[in-house]
Amino acid sequence: MAKSRHRPRLGVFKFSSCDGCQLSLLDCEDELLAIAGAIDIAYFPEATRSDDVGHYDLAFVEGSVTTTHEAELILDIRARSSTLIALGACASSGGIQALKNGAETNAFIDTVYAHPEFIKTLDTATPISDHVTVDFELRGCPVAKHQLIELVAATLRGRKPQTPAYAICIECKMAGNVCVMVANGTPCLGPVTHAGCGALCPGYTRGCYGCFGPKETANTAALATRLADHGADKRQIQRLFSTFNTGAPAFRDEAKRHE
Amino acid sequence: MLVETDSCNSPFVLDANGLGRLIASLHASGHRVLGPTRRDNAVVYDEVRSTSDLPRGWVDEQAGGHYRLKREGEAYFGYTIGPTAWKSFLHPPKQSLWSTKTGNGQTEIRPASISDEKLAFLGVRACELAAIAVQDKVFLDGAYRDPHYAARRANLFIIAVNCGRAASTCFCSSMGTGPKAREGYDLALTEFITSEDVAFLAVAGSKEGAEMLSTLPTRPATQADIDASTEATAQAESQINRRIDTSGLSPLLKENPDHPRWNDVASRCLNCANCTMVCPTCFCTKVEEVSDLDGVETSRVQSWASCFTSDFSYIHGGAVRTTPKARYRQWMTHKLATWVDQFGTSGCVGCGRCITWCPVGIDITEEAAAIRSGNKGG
Ligand code: SF4
Ligand code: SF4
Ligand code: SF4
Repeated sequence: MAKSRHRPRLGVFKFSSCDGCQLSLLDCEDELLAIAGAIDIAYFPEATRSDDVGHYDLAFVEGSVTTTHEAELILDIRARSSTLIALGACASSGGIQALKNGAETNAFIDTVYAHPEFIKTLDTATPISDHVTVDFELRGCPVAKHQLIELVAATLRGRKPQTPAYAICIECKMAGNVCVMVANGTPCLGPVTHAGCGALCPGYTRGCYGCFGPKETANTAALATRLADHGADKRQIQRLFSTFNTGAPAFRDEAKRHE
Repeated sequence: MLVETDSCNSPFVLDANGLGRLIASLHASGHRVLGPTRRDNAVVYDEVRSTSDLPRGWVDEQAGGHYRLKREGEAYFGYTIGPTAWKSFLHPPKQSLWSTKTGNGQTEIRPASISDEKLAFLGVRACELAAIAVQDKVFLDGAYRDPHYAARRANLFIIAVNCGRAASTCFCSSMGTGPKAREGYDLALTEFITSEDVAFLAVAGSKEGAEMLSTLPTRPATQADIDASTEATAQAESQINRRIDTSGLSPLLKENPDHPRWNDVASRCLNCANCTMVCPTCFCTKVEEVSDLDGVETSRVQSWASCFTSDFSYIHGGAVRTTPKARYRQWMTHKLATWVDQFGTSGCVGCGRCITWCPVGIDITEEAAAIRSGNKGG
């Protein structure tokens, strides 16, 4: 191990999210010691007791912005971080909570909470990049462990992480899976979804739910047409595009076309 | 009855038991036998331990973006082709090329070891033999031989099986590659139905094939056997209803980069790259650096790439082919036109995989015909 090397100071921050992406970091069991050896984990409430103070070389931000407090906090973190990386679907597209965007927030609050007066929230759940400059977005709900490790390794070497923006289909074919859409007529978002998970669901003969959000140049309209040919109705198509990445423009707009 | 085979191409007849013996002999000679197996509602090429792994009595139904297996007949090789191309084994999705190890101020470079594994492919169709020949040109004939491909290829034993059925997506006859295997195999089998069971007309295509055949329980083929197998192949041929008109195709595509059909296909294309992944001739790769966290080991790993991604045409400053239109046009024009300039053959062997496994059923034969019909010059 190159002991003399400067260990970048890392802060891990949580906004509105489920914690799954941060847990992926803890889930890197075999690699965790190497990560801890290579970077100084200065602030990570899931794993350490230390306080959030000072400047970070690297900030990992999980979650979306859904409160005024969060909208202020992200500005502060950005100001204290050299490189800011958005981790996961919430941070990169707003997450499942972005379903509230465009809906009646107060009506939801009244329905769900016994004491609506205690709830202070914004009308929207928005990605980190709507608020501050983000240096890199790592997709996924949650992020994939191997991509997180690649991100850390690449950052340490000062190179661009290899997290290709092409379709899940490439990972699916490389894994030797049989296409669930062609062989079974199962609705699958793989052809419009950003690679990253290694085609987990099609590997278990399930359609892709789109955890990694839209791929580059996603032709959602052509896929929706095909899903309809396979018998999916408008409501099913609308719901398929309205999950963890419902706030990503390509998915949001396709869902809207089927309202 | 055991018969000495001394000529390469006099046909013999092998029964189902003999097929089992063939598989066992290949195992005994240290081969890993790969062939058709049924998994996840498709016939995929995988490990074959005995004839019971084969998809006996299963046939496929194929159309653009559609594949279903159903029970029909008793043939071992009644299916046509599935999503796996043999390139998955000869030119695997991932291949480590070399790695470095750093320590004590020194960097050691280590090439990846070359596999000495002996593979045997069982059930290679005529279009697939043609595809292997195309990839041979790419990986072996040029200035830069691929040592990994070369080693696997040198140790390969090929058992071709002539088609007795064709899928609706097949168009090998118009590409001049099938449905009957002509060369490039060690053994070629044609399955036909006899009064008791199925049987295989077996022809050797190499010295190794003839030697193998001589150790198997066979009988010399009668005229009736030969007729039955000819009829099986003729049946496949008669079922082929797709075609590409290859006359003047290369100039036609090259002269029509602005044909309106490219916009039309781009509106349907998902640029998902499935067509390139399943195509048995597509060979493109990228090389990535895989580094460990403590900065000691780094390796260069080659993996399948596709012209349907934007990274594929990335050069300093951005991607050259930013639109799905440019990417589809590049793929089809390379397959059917510029491939000929580059390698002296078409890049398409007419297997139809790109039609079946395209999630939206885009059909290369239809697209080529549309460019031709709308071409004012010809
Ligand atoms: S739903 Fe799609 S993106 Fe999510 S894990 Fe499954 S295959 Fe991967
Ligand atoms: S282009 Fe299509 S039909 Fe031609 S060889 Fe490739 S997969 Fe087969
Ligand atoms: S032609 Fe079909 S398989 Fe190929 S990239 Fe387009 S949609 Fe995908």
